[in-house]
This record gives sequence, structure tokens and C-alpha cells, in this order.
Amino acid sequence: MSSVPNIPAAEPAALDANDGSREQRTHLVAFVAMALLLAVAPLVVYPVFMMKVMCFALFACAFNLLIGFGGLLSFGHAMFLGFAGYASAHAAKIWGFTPELAILFGTACAALLGWLAGMLAIRRQGIYFAMITLALAQMVFFFCLQAPFTGGEDGIQAVPRGRLFGVVDLSQPLAMYALVLVIFLGGFAFIYRVVHSPFGQVLKAIRENEQRAISLGYDTDRFKLVAFILSATLAGLAGATKALVFQLASLTDVHWSMSGEVVLMTLLGGLGTVFGPVVGAAVIITMQNYLAQLGAWVTVVQGVIFVICVLAFRRGIVGELGAWLKKSL
Amino acid sequence: MTEIFGVPTQALFGQLLIGLINGSFYALLSLGLAVIFGLLNIINFSHGAQYMMGAFVAYLLLNKLGIGYWWALLLVPLIVGASGVVIERLMLSRLYKLDHLYGLLLTFGLALIIQGLFRNEYGSSGQPYQIPAQLLGGQNLGFMFLPNYRAWIIVVSLVVCLSTWFVIERTRLGAYLRAATENPQLVQAFGVNVPRMITLTYGFGVALAAFAGVMAAPVYQVSPQMGADLIIVVFAVVVIGGMGSILGAIVTGFGLGLIEGLTKVFYPEASATVIFIIMAIVLLVRPAGLFGTQK
Repeated sequence: MSSVPNIPAAEPAALDANDGSREQRTHLVAFVAMALLLAVAPLVVYPVFMMKVMCFALFACAFNLLIGFGGLLSFGHAMFLGFAGYASAHAAKIWGFTPELAILFGTACAALLGWLAGMLAIRRQGIYFAMITLALAQMVFFFCLQAPFTGGEDGIQAVPRGRLFGVVDLSQPLAMYALVLVIFLGGFAFIYRVVHSPFGQVLKAIRENEQRAISLGYDTDRFKLVAFILSATLAGLAGATKALVFQLASLTDVHWSMSGEVVLMTLLGGLGTVFGPVVGAAVIITMQNYLAQLGAWVTVVQGVIFVICVLAFRRGIVGELGAWLKKSL
Repeated sequence: MTEIFGVPTQALFGQLLIGLINGSFYALLSLGLAVIFGLLNIINFSHGAQYMMGAFVAYLLLNKLGIGYWWALLLVPLIVGASGVVIERLMLSRLYKLDHLYGLLLTFGLALIIQGLFRNEYGSSGQPYQIPAQLLGGQNLGFMFLPNYRAWIIVVSLVVCLSTWFVIERTRLGAYLRAATENPQLVQAFGVNVPRMITLTYGFGVALAAFAGVMAAPVYQVSPQMGADLIIVVFAVVVIGGMGSILGAIVTGFGLGLIEGLTKVFYPEASATVIFIIMAIVLLVRPAGLFGTQK
């Protein structure tokens, strides 16, 4: 393997520098539209459902930061989502942390875990990277299964949502919704900023040609590690928030099938696109909601979507849309 | 009763035997993965699902057609291997020009489909599969009791692993295979039909997984999930061994099975994670794997 992981076919290559500001304007418009849509959504859709979508959308965006812009396919991102969920649920329920501190604590745990896992995983590339992250996530799964504070098969149930800053009562659905909305939009904007920063450009350079990036004097391992930690931290933020939304932290979120799901969401929405992971997450969560009574068929349907995406639809929904509109979304 | 390090010898040897059995399956599966990876450069994520298919096809042959274990041992790898050939021709062959990660994603999707279909049909509970009559009973070795079927698994998987090694490293066919791994264009220019070789190699790797599935059917229960968790451990085994060498895959498979067995005796809490911990240590010390070469 001559290490040319040019995974995302999504970004139109013929986008010259002058288009940069126009591209950013398009993104800003789309971002505002998305924010407005999400703000009015609870009037029409069940709020808990929308909160679930936003948590998974943030999770998928964090994952996309790694694969779409760093070219690193992690097959173990569930460990950050799930472990942060356990940490924040434990902090909120047992230690009586306020919700903002519980979320921060969960996110910090995910960052630490990301640092440890990243140190090991970035030692190999491509397929090995995927296998290593998967194996590490399985280790975290067994740890969560056996460790005393996670409640084993039961998970941590009845996690109190508490009062935000000791003031706002989050058991009010709309207050919780507002908090999740702010976290999601903040996380999304942060990822956008990272991708469009000099750091993000170096990351793209490493994705396109690591040898050349090294010869230009970049310590590529350090960049990859930072990207991995950032991705893990944001995935953890999603997981910690999700634990408070559902008042539950369980083994489902650390299981490997969750790692597969986030890959699917990102792939379906469009690898390396800005809005793709959000669309992908919305589609997959909606599908799971409506197909829930079909039981194991959900797995089959997900498998079929995987196969179709890989064989015929590699740009994903947003990637195809962008190609059609001749815009990079 | 005699003891070693405070552990009864019976328990120690019992766990070591279980370790060797698990190791046999690790070796068979990681061997198949290594063979496929060598030529196709993809990691076959559906390997676990195909192992499960092997066990299920054996179960179906017995219960629907009355075809027993011995024929299953021959027929199942052919049937499942043929399904692998179809998958390679219809799907995988379209992805060779793309990043290898797409092969991983495709086979992951296939694994979800296969496992989902079997779970719909048979639920999550396991189906029993009888040990063939010829292999019932066991030997008393003095220090422990050795069931015949378990000895059979170890011997047969050793034989299969070593013959695969022999074919790849010591025969003309294997020489073609190794040459195509190094430089497919050049080998094709010499008149070898490389695409067909790739197809058959994938079929063979899948057949190995199915063979392991038949072997496993009488020891583990035949269930739709039997391959899913196993394959992740096998991935770790592959990372530890490195995919450079066939012999490396075999040695690592058996070795890690034994280590896992020992962990069950001396520190049972870590038995599920020990292989992953070893993987982490190997990555720190020798990132290319014990037998691998960093490309």
C-alpha cells in the first residue's frame, strides 16, 4: 500500500481559491437554515426523537472529522460515545454533579480515552487502523461489562437531568431540547472551524499524501493524534449529552454495532461533506424509529444500505446533492 | 490432588485445552484473513459471518437433508466458498481500483445482512449439533481427560493450517500466488489469469472460514451471533501477528489461544480482554506485528 488514502470522493476538486468565501457563505446559509429548522422542529416532531437525532448527528460529525478530513477510518468510535455516557451518568447520579459539569466530565473522560487509544491506533494506517480501533473498542466494551460502576447488563438507569447551572430545570422537555440544540450547533460550528483552519488543511494534506506532508516538515503523527483526540472528545460530548437526554447509559452505546452505525450514517450522508453526517444521522435514526417493529430486519436493511452506498452511491446523499448543485456542501 | 502454582492440574490442563481449541479457530480464521488480504488487499469483515454460515449450513444439511458431519466437512466449504466466489465476482471486483477501506465497508455490510437474515430465521438462541458418533468419548491421559472431538479439532486444524502453508510456500501454484501478491501486472503479463486467481483465492479464504464453522458446530452452539464477537478477537490476533506471513498467523493463533486459556486460570477477570491488551503492548513495541514487515 503506497499510503494514498483518498477516501472521500465527495469534494469537487475543481474548487479554486476564489470560491472559498462563496463556499463559506453557502455553508453559513445552510447552517442558519438547519438551526432554524431544528429550533422549530419540536413544534411538529416529538422532542426526544429530535434530541436523539442531534446527539447522533454530532457523533457522526465527530467521526467525519477523522475519516472525511483525516482519512482515518475508525471502527471503534462507540467507545467514546458509550464511555462518556457512563462517565456523565455516574457523575450526575452518584456524585450529584450538575448537568453541565456531568457533561464536561464525560467529555473529558472521552478525551482521555481518545488520547490513550489514539497513541496506539495511529501507529498503523488504513485497514490496520480500522482493526485496531475496533479491537480497542471491544476491550472498552468488556471493561464496561465488568466494571462495578457501570451496572453491567442493566446500565445506569434513572439518571437525573438536574438543574442547569443550578437554575434551569432540565426535566422540562423544552429546556433540555434547548441545551441539546446549543451543544449540537456549538459542536458542529467547532468542527467546521477546525476543518477550515490551517490545522484542518494540514490534516487534508496528510490524507492526500502523508509522505509529502512529512517531507514538508509536518509531524504527521502529532496532527493525526490531535485529530483523533478532537474526534473522540466531540463523540464523547454527544454521548454524555445523550446519557442525560435518555437518563440512561447502557452497553448498547459501547457495542461494536454502534461503531458500525456511525460509519453508516456518515457514509450515507456523504464522507467528507460538511452537512452529510447530519443528514445521514437523521435518515438512519428515522429509519430505526419506523422499522423498530421489524426487529432483526433493521440490521439487514442497514447492511443493504451499506452495500448500495459502497457499490453505487459513494458520495452519499449530500455529496450527490452537492455534485448536482455544483457546490461543496 | 496435585497443584501447580496453587491451581489444580485438572483445571489448568482443562483450560489449556480450551485455549488450544480456541487457538485452533483463531489460527484457521486468521489464516483465511491473511490469505485473502495477501492477494486482494482487503480485510474480509464478513469472515465471522461466513464462519457462522458454515456452521449453519452444516446444521441445515443434517436437519433438512440428513447429510451428516463427515460429508458436511467436505460440502459446506464448497457451498459457502461458492457463495464467496459470487460475492467477489459481483461486488468486490468492482472495488479494487478504489481505496481498500471500501472493501472493508462492503464486507461489513454483507456481514450485517447475513447475520440479520439468520437471526430472523433462527432467533438469537443456539441450535445444538451432535458430535459425530465416531468421535464420541475420550481418552484418559492420566493427568486429564481428553475428549476425542477436542483432540480431533486440534489435529485437523493443525493439518489444514500446515497444508495451506505448504501449498502457498512450497508449490508452483503457491509461487504464482505469491508472485501475484507482489506484482499482479507482471504475473498477468506472463499469461497467468490473475482475476480468476483472485476470485478463487477469496473463495478459498471463505471456504476456510466455513470449514472452521463446521468444526465449531459441535463444540459451540450454532447461533447467528457466533461469528460476530469472534471476528473482532481474530482481528486483534491478526494485528498482533502481522499479516506478512502465513506461518506467523498460525503460530499467533495457537499461542494467543493458549495465553487466553492460562488467563482464565490465573486471572479470570481479564480473560476477555487479555488478547486486546497484548495487542496494545505489541503495537507499542513492534507496530508491524510480531511476524510482519512494515511497508
